[in-house]
Amino acid sequence: MSKHTLSVLVENKPGVLARITALFSRRGFNIDSLAVGTTEHPDISRITIVVNVIEDLPLEQVTKQLNKLVNVLKIVELEPSSAVHRELVLVKVRADNETRSQITEIVRLFRAKTVDVSPEAVTIEATGGADKLEALLRMLEPFGIKELVQSGTIAIGRGARSITDRSLRALDRSA
Amino acid sequence: MTEQATGAHHPQPRAPRAAQQPITEHVTGAQSLIRSLEEVGADTVFGIPGGAILPAYDPMFDSKRVRHILVRHEQGAGHAATGYAQATGKVGVCMATSGPGATNLVTPIADAHMDSVPLVAITGQVNSKSIGTDAFQEADICGITMPITKHNFLVTKAEDIPRTIAEAFHIAATGRPGPVLVDIAKDALQAQTVFSWPPQLDLPGYRPVTKPHAKQIREAAKLIVQAKRPVLYVGGGVLKARATEELRILAELTGAPVATTLMALGAFPDSHPQHVGMPGMHGSVSAVTAMQKADLLVALGARFDDRVTGKVDTFAPFAKIVHADVDPAEIGKIRAADVPIVGDAREVIADLIVAIQAEHEAGRRGDYAEWWTQIDSWRKTYPLGYDLPEDGSLSPQQVIERIGKLAPKDTIYAAGVGQHQMWASQFIDYEKPYTWLNSGGAGTMGYAVPAAMGAKAGMPENTVWAIDGDGCFQMTNQELVTCALNNIPIKVAIINNGALGMVRQWQTLFYNERYSNTVLHSGPAESNSGSAAGKQKAESLGTRTPDFVKLAEAMGCVGIRCEDPADLDAVIEKANSINDRTVVVDFICHEDAMVWPMVAAGTSNDEVMAARGVRPDFGDMEDD
Repeated sequence: MSKHTLSVLVENKPGVLARITALFSRRGFNIDSLAVGTTEHPDISRITIVVNVIEDLPLEQVTKQLNKLVNVLKIVELEPSSAVHRELVLVKVRADNETRSQITEIVRLFRAKTVDVSPEAVTIEATGGADKLEALLRMLEPFGIKELVQSGTIAIGRGARSITDRSLRALDRSA
Repeated sequence: MTEQATGAHHPQPRAPRAAQQPITEHVTGAQSLIRSLEEVGADTVFGIPGGAILPAYDPMFDSKRVRHILVRHEQGAGHAATGYAQATGKVGVCMATSGPGATNLVTPIADAHMDSVPLVAITGQVNSKSIGTDAFQEADICGITMPITKHNFLVTKAEDIPRTIAEAFHIAATGRPGPVLVDIAKDALQAQTVFSWPPQLDLPGYRPVTKPHAKQIREAAKLIVQAKRPVLYVGGGVLKARATEELRILAELTGAPVATTLMALGAFPDSHPQHVGMPGMHGSVSAVTAMQKADLLVALGARFDDRVTGKVDTFAPFAKIVHADVDPAEIGKIRAADVPIVGDAREVIADLIVAIQAEHEAGRRGDYAEWWTQIDSWRKTYPLGYDLPEDGSLSPQQVIERIGKLAPKDTIYAAGVGQHQMWASQFIDYEKPYTWLNSGGAGTMGYAVPAAMGAKAGMPENTVWAIDGDGCFQMTNQELVTCALNNIPIKVAIINNGALGMVRQWQTLFYNERYSNTVLHSGPAESNSGSAAGKQKAESLGTRTPDFVKLAEAMGCVGIRCEDPADLDAVIEKANSINDRTVVVDFICHEDAMVWPMVAAGTSNDEVMAARGVRPDFGDMEDD
């Protein structure tokens, strides 16, 4: 089993996300995380998909099938070594007068942020790669995690090149 | 589907007909839809009106260029459009209303998707403001057909109609063809808009690759001339690309054996000495074995379907693979390709011809003499054949063979799914492309009658024979009424063995002759549940309930029954002589006839059985 991160540029049209996620399940792939948002171009959305791949079902087949979707403009696999991967977590941790300072110390160490405080809990916002967030949560666990929400991974390639350049040109041509 | 409680339809005042040039007209969305269909060249639409699509039927009434054929069930409309597309090469069009009208199109859309048939399905949708409210006759047909269409559109604005129709036809017909559904909200059909043509397509994500890579072509040519035991494995893509003439040139240039799949029958003449037959579960021993023993398979527009490969890990174990397909996702999906080629079959084959010629000029030429000796021995020892029933009843294979022999020139055949389909693929000679229509990938029972109707509507000069089973026929025969009322005189051969024959064959072979729920004829011999379980004592006389002759007559067709082999040719000739009405011939056939050769599901193609208990001797001991 291996994890792969796909950046999928799609036309910003209704129903596109459904087409993509349905394709994954139809072809037997499990989506680990999913993040959708707009890009610098209003007509293009970017979907970042982290997918678990089992050996006998190669990722190549699903990227080829994705490419066949009429609303899909481009698919790029972002390798961990040449891309920045980030997730966001918001976590509500049990805290009283005794533990609050210990928790804020952990927050400081992980360069996270405290975004809400109440007599019984603090809410922490943290971004980072999966490893860092996992470590943070491990440290917070003993205090008691009351609620946890996590975004899908988003990722961007390192260096000056942009994956949207060419797709934008295609979009301009057809417009 | 008729409008029931959705409120009155408000006809819009019709705009005066504008001049031909330039095409800009003030119209309703519905008029704009019909004008778009006219401009895109859709001459025939199969459909049924209903509430949500009703506005479109008003201008349809006036169209001089679009012929609407009112079918009896939306499934018939879908298969008819498919048959039309398969026979003519044009995009087939079907139309239905929202909700159940649209969902009745699901089967033919799935069927067209599996067989890569260019189809545009137009459905009415409830008012855009009502979408999502569970309105009367509302169904999320875009959501439902998402996995079975090449693409689909929901149109909620009248001004989007012409562009969407143009895009739908473009997507359906280009690249790997397939069905496209256009769902149009009723208020978009009723709204006022401006129709202008041609619209600007907006498909930035749709760029099918048709031109093959030159380096891959050279690699493939090299492998072909180096091979000792090559086979050209030809699939339906060659027909879709209209590349049959190029295929003949390539085959004759290389001298390689040609196997045509179920979807490709007619792409290469059956009578051609290089044709080794159809591969697959019920393929000829020569084709199945040639592919098993080959050292090179050149797959052209074929997709290594499980019915062709049998158990994949043992399929063509010695073969290198050249795989050419217009759909990149097909390449490497089932079997890794040594030389992958993405491109339209016609361009691929044309380029291959040039590359092979270059190899020949350089003095490199394949020598397949020994290979042909082997193949010829298989062909001679294991030809397709059948035994006549001992009790003197009609043999289904013989019926089909005689229909093929007595058929007028350029006859088009449409088959249902099951034994009769396989026999029709085996015992009729297909010499020309686009003369064999069937449901290959989806295996849709009931395909034959509506598909034959669609083919006849598109090719009125050709004789069209539907080869159907009594099981299949009972699924879609209501379209005979459509044929009778719309002057679409097809011919239907019901291979009536009183059973769901192919399933029965499997019960014979794998379920200890326990015929659970496969008996269709009127008198189950040993039954306690309305279906005969266990061996029959009384012999089958075919299905008599319903009486297909009376049924045919009731539907405005000529009905004939044939039970005696002595009458066979005379009955077929009589059917061939009636060309102003649809003819249905009820051939009462023996129920125990089986389809051979056969590769049992899940087994290796090495285990092909030429007949029951007869495994061809390939000299495996020396070979393997």
